[in-house]
Amino acid sequence: MTTATGAALRPVLTVEDLTVVYESEEPVTAVKNADLTLHRGEILGLAGESGCGKTTLAYAVNRLHRPPARIASGRITFHDKSGEDIDILALEDKELRAFRWNKLSMVFQGAMNALNPVTTVRAQLRDTLLAHRPGMSRKDVRERSEDVLRRVGVDTRRLTSYPHELSGGMRQRVMIAMAMLLEPQIMIMDEPTTALDVVVQRDILREIVRLRDELDFAVVFITHDLPLLLEISDRIAVMLAGEIVELESAQRLYRGAAHPYTRRLLGSFPSLSGSRGAFIRTGVDETAPPLPRPYAGQRPPTTEERA
Amino acid sequence: MTSVRVTDLVKDYSIRTGLKRTRLRAVDHVNLELVPGRTVALVGESGSGKSTIAKILTHMETPTSGSVDVRLDDGTAVHKARYRREVQMVFQDPFASLNPFHSIEHHIARPLRIHKRTANAAETRQRVLEMLERVNLTPASNFAPRRPHELSGGQRQRVAIARALAPGAQVLIADEPVSMLDVSIRLGVLNLLGRLQREDSLAVLYITHDLATARHFSDEITVLYRGRVVERGPSDAVILDPHHEYTKLLALAAPDPERPGRVTSADPVDRAAIDNSRCYDHFAGEWVEAGVPSGDAVGTAGR
Amino acid sequence: MTNLEPQTAAAAQAAQAVDPHVDAAPSENPVPEGRPRAGWRSLVPTMTPWLAIGLILVVGISLFGLIGPYFVGDPRQIRDIGLTGPSGEFPLGTTQIGQDVLAQLAYATRGSLQIGIIVGLLATALSAVFGIYGAYKGKFLDESFSLLTNVFLVIPGLPLVIVISGFVPRESRGLWTIAVVLAITSWAGAARVLRAQTLSVRNRDFVAASQVSGERSWRVIVVEILPNLLPLLAAQFVFAVIAAILGEAGLAFIGLGASNSSTLGTMLFYAQNGFALALGAWWWFVPPGLIIALFGMGLSLVNFSIDELINPKLKNLRQHRKRARRAARLERELARSTRRAGGDTAKESVR
Repeated sequence: MTTATGAALRPVLTVEDLTVVYESEEPVTAVKNADLTLHRGEILGLAGESGCGKTTLAYAVNRLHRPPARIASGRITFHDKSGEDIDILALEDKELRAFRWNKLSMVFQGAMNALNPVTTVRAQLRDTLLAHRPGMSRKDVRERSEDVLRRVGVDTRRLTSYPHELSGGMRQRVMIAMAMLLEPQIMIMDEPTTALDVVVQRDILREIVRLRDELDFAVVFITHDLPLLLEISDRIAVMLAGEIVELESAQRLYRGAAHPYTRRLLGSFPSLSGSRGAFIRTGVDETAPPLPRPYAGQRPPTTEERA
Repeated sequence: MTSVRVTDLVKDYSIRTGLKRTRLRAVDHVNLELVPGRTVALVGESGSGKSTIAKILTHMETPTSGSVDVRLDDGTAVHKARYRREVQMVFQDPFASLNPFHSIEHHIARPLRIHKRTANAAETRQRVLEMLERVNLTPASNFAPRRPHELSGGQRQRVAIARALAPGAQVLIADEPVSMLDVSIRLGVLNLLGRLQREDSLAVLYITHDLATARHFSDEITVLYRGRVVERGPSDAVILDPHHEYTKLLALAAPDPERPGRVTSADPVDRAAIDNSRCYDHFAGEWVEAGVPSGDAVGTAGR
Repeated sequence: MTNLEPQTAAAAQAAQAVDPHVDAAPSENPVPEGRPRAGWRSLVPTMTPWLAIGLILVVGISLFGLIGPYFVGDPRQIRDIGLTGPSGEFPLGTTQIGQDVLAQLAYATRGSLQIGIIVGLLATALSAVFGIYGAYKGKFLDESFSLLTNVFLVIPGLPLVIVISGFVPRESRGLWTIAVVLAITSWAGAARVLRAQTLSVRNRDFVAASQVSGERSWRVIVVEILPNLLPLLAAQFVFAVIAAILGEAGLAFIGLGASNSSTLGTMLFYAQNGFALALGAWWWFVPPGLIIALFGMGLSLVNFSIDELINPKLKNLRQHRKRARRAARLERELARSTRRAGGDTAKESVR
């Protein structure tokens, strides 16, 4: 496997043959034999439609999935910076708690609503820090909190704000700041920008790419928006019905997708600047007789008329 | 065939904080025109006033000032019950816009009955099946007795479209009709809307934040920023040759695999300098003032 | 423009594969025809052991109250066999003045049920008007209805009932007076719950959609909103019935009950006055008390099942928990086996 960056490949997470089953009347396999390798400093896009298992996969990697979902088989190995390998599935509960957020953090879907409404941003950052680094001094906590906020482009004066005083984009940035707090080596982001406006989304994407370049962590970016993934990720995995049907570098996926589903997904997004492709242009049929217009003469001329 | 002309539309909301009342202008002197057979896309971020315009157009809100003039092609103005028949809406969320308690048939039969499009039960039923077939829910007799939760998002949105067209509506307000749907079925629903528009020569207002579909699905784009129109023109002109700083930023923010690297590039415009006091009109080819009564604005009046 | 090829080519191929660009809706799972047209079926709770017990209790006691009086003798008839225990002739014994307790019980059950149902209907209707209509209309009407509801909510119920019933002269203190008094002191809580739920339903798009299509207000309320509130209304009704029966029993027990009707409360009142407890005549006061308790319990059990309709998450809770436990166990086993494999797996995975 290659990345688009061409940097030396240092894997940080290996997922092998992961299968996640939902125990229901008829057990449902939500993730089927998934194989993935995530490299340091890489942005891996995980694309698919609702119900394809992309969120389940992300949760299972972190063992955050809740019963009745269960990991039926597979192996998830985290390759620590120190060179140590951690078998995530074999971790005891206590070890797992220490592992989460420290080494691997998550930004959840709709995370901007996951902030506690009754405490300030400062208190929430402090609580997270102290939960994982109990011995940290007050000064260090404050400095670290200010540092992460600055990194995500939020004014440090916002520390004293309550979540409802912040805009959606701002809250999402605070969530990303919180995920970065302990300098994790992997950040999993589940539809972090779906609820946001495009301009705000652009700001957050830029921030993510910049932080990745600065801090060299790996990002798993989950979304249904394939054009967005093509824009920011190094590699893209396409999921369909629990299976990773294609895993390719962004450019190669775009130029020559192998799987018909990938091609169908790509074809679902009309191009912003290119030609229409399969998309049918609606509007006045040029061959039809002119339509009666009550405001005749007062209406701006149509494109056709101008031509 | 019906046309809509929106002139100097203003909508203020008053917000009460304690004893103080502050006024929030959601829509500020917006002019808009919908004509049969053409789609106008209304583009803008959340809070820009696009949903407020939709609500005013469908009589769910009353404007603070300005007028909405709906006329049939013989020039008669349309009011009250007839207005409901002519102007219909497709809502954003197909999971919320259908009543979970009622069958699909109920949803389409009611507008038929309200507007007396059918004379008796048998005819109503017949028309319901026809409407379902028109939106490609076949076999129609299979879909009619089902309830919304048995349908997928795309199928529900088709039912919502059928319901909107059932009274014989000639003006369709589509408020983000596909943003809640899975990506692979979005184009199908948009193409359906396109086909129905061509068949019935509908006037469509397509409200969206997705520039790519706005460009391909509509003839004209109107860009809304903080309640005011900041750019309008033929869709290709607005997207490929944006003049206003805000439109430029919007176009840049939309991912385009044809031109990678744009989304994460540096801002070409100074955001602090984005103002909504002027509007570039591609039809006139010049800048006009925005947010003032059209009588005062150069270029918009008497066009 | 040359960059277009991959996409259009891909789209064409995709169109062949799945055909997404033709605006056809794939009919996913054909459903046999002739299904219920509206959602009535979804309003019927699924049968559970609890619901079965509840229904048996409620139906049994209702039947006893309904047809029991036709099979027993005159409850007022006085005999000279005062305070005898249960026997063949009088299965539940007699009172101090020799009245048949079973006969009294049958009539009293009927009286209590009457009160319960009348109050239940009245209170539900009041709460529906003030809760649903106010919330739907909004603005001033909602504000004033809300205020009224809140005022009634803070009025202490039982003391007010005592005052009102005490104020009304005994002769005119009939069944209906008591029912109305109980109803107007008990609708407010339900109205608040209904108002909250109506506000949430009213803001859903399907209500806006039916308004846009020209539906009249009363139709929007009755046809579009009300069915979505039915489980809640049913729960409120059941609750109102329980509260009314208990409330009336309380009133009757302190001697302020309806003068023209005998209820379980009046029975207890007479039992208390006749020193049934002190004399150990358990057959006199236990049966009415038991009927009240069992009827309340039955209605509560029915209410739980209605709750499951309102909140479908509760429905599969037990099954869900069972499956979750199973999943957790299977996963622990897997984790244990991985841990046992321990060292060599870690080495392997470096690769």
